Amino acid sequence: MRCVEPWVAGPLQAFLDESSARVTLLMTSSGQVIAQDGFTRSVDVMAAAALGAAIVASTDAIAQLTGAGRYGAVLHQGTAQGLYLAPFDTRRGRWIGLVVFGPETSAGLVQLFFRDLAQALAAAEPEARPGGVLLAENFERELNASLRSLFGR
Amino acid sequence: MTALQATLERVTRVRGIRGAMLVHEGDGLVVAEALAEGVEGAPVAALAASLLARLRRAAAGAGLAPPEFLQLRAERGAVLAVPAADELLLVAIADRDANLGLARLELREAAGRVR
Repeated sequence: MRCVEPWVAGPLQAFLDESSARVTLLMTSSGQVIAQDGFTRSVDVMAAAALGAAIVASTDAIAQLTGAGRYGAVLHQGTAQGLYLAPFDTRRGRWIGLVVFGPETSAGLVQLFFRDLAQALAAAEPEARPGGVLLAENFERELNASLRSLFGR
Repeated sequence: MTALQATLERVTRVRGIRGAMLVHEGDGLVVAEALAEGVEGAPVAALAASLLARLRRAAAGAGLAPPEFLQLRAERGAVLAVPAADELLLVAIADRDANLGLARLELREAAGRVR
């Protein structure tokens, strides 16, 4: 497991232990990676974060169009593995969890323990840092720093 | 009220039963539910489905027939589960003073009606 924000590690480890998830990715709603477990290549994690954030944004748009407000989660159940994608609110803004799981667990258990994870993160979360201006050069530097944290290089 | 909902409501009429749910055994998600106010079904559904799936594997490993009934007693109540058709599972949430024998009978009957 790798985390950009160290306080995320405890709650995320508890989630991994309980849910038996194969791959877990926590990201902001803009696709910036907060923590990951199960990925081995930085390209994969960046692609998954971008796609996950895009899916949540798309479902939000569909929810608005249909007057549903906001959907809670997206679940894709395959024959070999499933995908659970759920946004949740933090003091730092909206985060998204992307979880890939196999037959060793179930969608219900993943959903159950993911809800616990969101609550544990809310309890462990320190005060939000004052937000700075997001510049293109800062974005690239922060992205590289995040990837070093996530992959140790 | 649908026939399925009526089946679940009938289980909840047993003394001490606070809720009944139809749960998909494979994914542990609730298909239909009849729950008393304040009772949260999703965690129970997920755990009951997971327990029954593990029990099924353990029984198969030991050369036994698949489980027909699951009863999990805790300090303040119990969870009952009976497999039904199409990979579904009927689950009841019981108080400590529930009539578990009658609840079991109702669950088995209800499972037979889920076709």
